[in-house]
Amino acid sequence: MRIARLLWRNAFRHRLRTFLTVLGITIAILAFGMLRTVIGAWYAGVDASSASRLVTRNAISLIFPLPISYKDRIRQIEGVKTVSYGNWFGGIYIDEKNFFANFAVDISSYLRLYPEFILSPDQLDAVERDRKGCVAGRKLAERFGWKIGDSIVLKGTIYPGEWEFVLRGIYHGRDKTVDESQMFFHWDYLNETVKKLVPRRADQAGFYMIGVRNPAQAAEIAATIDASFRNSLAETMTETEKAFALGFISMTEAIVIAIRLVSYVVIIIIMAVVANTMAMTARERIGEYAVFKTLGFGGFHIAGLIFGESLLISMTGCVLGAALTYPAAAVFADALSQYFPIFNVEPRTILLDIGAALLVGVVAAVFPAWRAVRIRIAEGLRHLG
Amino acid sequence: MGIPFSYSFRNLWTRRLTTVLTVAGMALVVFVFAAILMLSEGLRKTLVDTGSYDNVVVIRKGAETEVQSGVERSQAAILETMPEVAVGIGGRRLLAKEMLVLINIPRRGNSKPGHVTIRGIQPESLLLRPQVRLIRGRMPRPGSSEIMAGAGIARRFQGGGVGESLRFGMREWTVTGIFDAGNSGFSSEIWGDADQLMQAFRRPVFSSVIFRLADPSAFEKVKRRIEGDPRLTLDARREVKYYEDQSRMMAKFLRILGISLTVIFSLGAIIGAMITMYAAVANRTNEIGTLRALGFGRRSILAAFLMESLLLGFLGGCAGLFFASFLQLFTISTMNFQTFAELAFNFALTFEIFWKGLAFSLVMGFVGGVLPAFRAARKNIVEALRVT
Repeated sequence: MRIARLLWRNAFRHRLRTFLTVLGITIAILAFGMLRTVIGAWYAGVDASSASRLVTRNAISLIFPLPISYKDRIRQIEGVKTVSYGNWFGGIYIDEKNFFANFAVDISSYLRLYPEFILSPDQLDAVERDRKGCVAGRKLAERFGWKIGDSIVLKGTIYPGEWEFVLRGIYHGRDKTVDESQMFFHWDYLNETVKKLVPRRADQAGFYMIGVRNPAQAAEIAATIDASFRNSLAETMTETEKAFALGFISMTEAIVIAIRLVSYVVIIIIMAVVANTMAMTARERIGEYAVFKTLGFGGFHIAGLIFGESLLISMTGCVLGAALTYPAAAVFADALSQYFPIFNVEPRTILLDIGAALLVGVVAAVFPAWRAVRIRIAEGLRHLG
Repeated sequence: MGIPFSYSFRNLWTRRLTTVLTVAGMALVVFVFAAILMLSEGLRKTLVDTGSYDNVVVIRKGAETEVQSGVERSQAAILETMPEVAVGIGGRRLLAKEMLVLINIPRRGNSKPGHVTIRGIQPESLLLRPQVRLIRGRMPRPGSSEIMAGAGIARRFQGGGVGESLRFGMREWTVTGIFDAGNSGFSSEIWGDADQLMQAFRRPVFSSVIFRLADPSAFEKVKRRIEGDPRLTLDARREVKYYEDQSRMMAKFLRILGISLTVIFSLGAIIGAMITMYAAVANRTNEIGTLRALGFGRRSILAAFLMESLLLGFLGGCAGLFFASFLQLFTISTMNFQTFAELAFNFALTFEIFWKGLAFSLVMGFVGGVLPAFRAARKNIVEALRVT
């Protein structure tokens, strides 16, 4: 107990310096936490994906479609429970800046595949009755102030023209990891319109989403699907939803790596700052350490005092920084909703914060402690601060 | 008379460990600051080099990228007859009808797939892009299953080297040459004969039509004519503008990331400098008293401490920029969010970034040192001398 008081008193002997150091650590931990959360947001799609869903797409690349006739052939394959299909629509709402994901899908089977998208039965009914009906996520509807029954016009980029939809349902996520900023509408509406305008592009699906009975068989089923379309005009590539999402992210890997590196850099910067504080503190107290030694305290005690003080300062900053991460993330999530529909602080981030602060505290104390322990009594007593 | 410069310098030298730690903190901040500016600059350079001001890209109305677009053969033929299209050697019009698709190719090393752009070209395409030069092998023969790969692709993707082959569209395609297109986005593309590729991918339409203007100032006229013609549902853009639009999201992302990181990091470094300078002032109270007693004014004391802090910033800036300059050896290759295609760009260090980084480090030094310097200057002579 007495030691703790000594540490506390020591730490706040230079109030301004300690305050500045704690402030520095708070900022660094806050920045570290935010960067980690950005990385988490990057991988949000992967975390939200399920092992029991497969994605089938054209083997050449995502921009090539598959014939709609594949639907029935996939359904016949052993172990397949549900088949849904859709196209990335890529429509623009008023301005390019208002980007959000919009898909033309077979709504009823799609929602069966995604039980995490919760839509009330009467809204589902209303969507199914209206060919121009669409479903939007809660966050998306809030962002543009859409209400049920509103008419929404998207400008097509892949499918030319102005497309009119009527909002018939707003889905909620089952939990925080569900993306509530997507929009779906009837694939049939897309297909019928395209058939009139550009017949050669009709009856094609951009992807098939497949629900399997037993997730353990997913790999086997994926291989069977691909094998049945081998050497056809549209060869397929089937993988689990997770692998598909990871593959997409791996293309932007360079950015993720950069952000990760930068998050380490901020810790190193603060390490230099704290190490500086501790070095100055220890230098000023060399005389005191010599007195301690004269009184019979060993190197162990002196090192303990320095390490304790360093950790006290870094942990105080850590607690403040971690606490501030939550409100900061909330502000950020609003500003960057276009890039990151899901932006949650994970518990793991807080653990990493603590780990980083411990590391900073320990590393900062190593050199000063080593110097204090090594100092000879006579030399130390002679030392002027 | 002022306190000599060497006083400030020697003070830093005396407390080497503290100086090194403070400078290291600042150097890292300047490093990150410069790195992000270099990245944005590299992206900008790539875009500028890719587009040419005299060229016009025509894509389908509403489409934002060539991948999304489709131009019917009949529409392309109408474009070809426009009088504003420049005429090259032998009376051929400088107009190319191109096809563009994305395909998945595994990377060298880790086999992770990337989206690579394949451009189906016509002989005129090369005339329209003078920055494209063949550096190895030979040009693919028109009408054959031969392709050439950009230098960036050859290096990073499996099957991209000369003599290697790629399989797509139910055919084997032999890479007969490697082309270099400098900093431009074309270095991340694969080029082959448009007609062959359209067959292979079963695409009856072109993706875009690119032509050179005979008179660069006639752009507005051409644009009006194309967009007003009821037979053409097409949009015309200058090539420069087209490539700039394609990377707007990426540029914005880099800018937001850069500003937030720089602000946060510099706060950390300024605090570091402040701690150092406050300690320097506190340790030297006696010395300050002595200097004042010798007749140096408050202003000289203020200047000496500010100088010390600016020197810290300057050293940090130099160190940070020194390490940042090595970044020029690296290439960032990532997927453009807007086109889904692979885009590679370098870190580019310009003189502007250099002085911005240096100015930034001096500002950090100044902000960190100004309060402690005032504290030093305000000290009372007698009290300062009495402190032990």
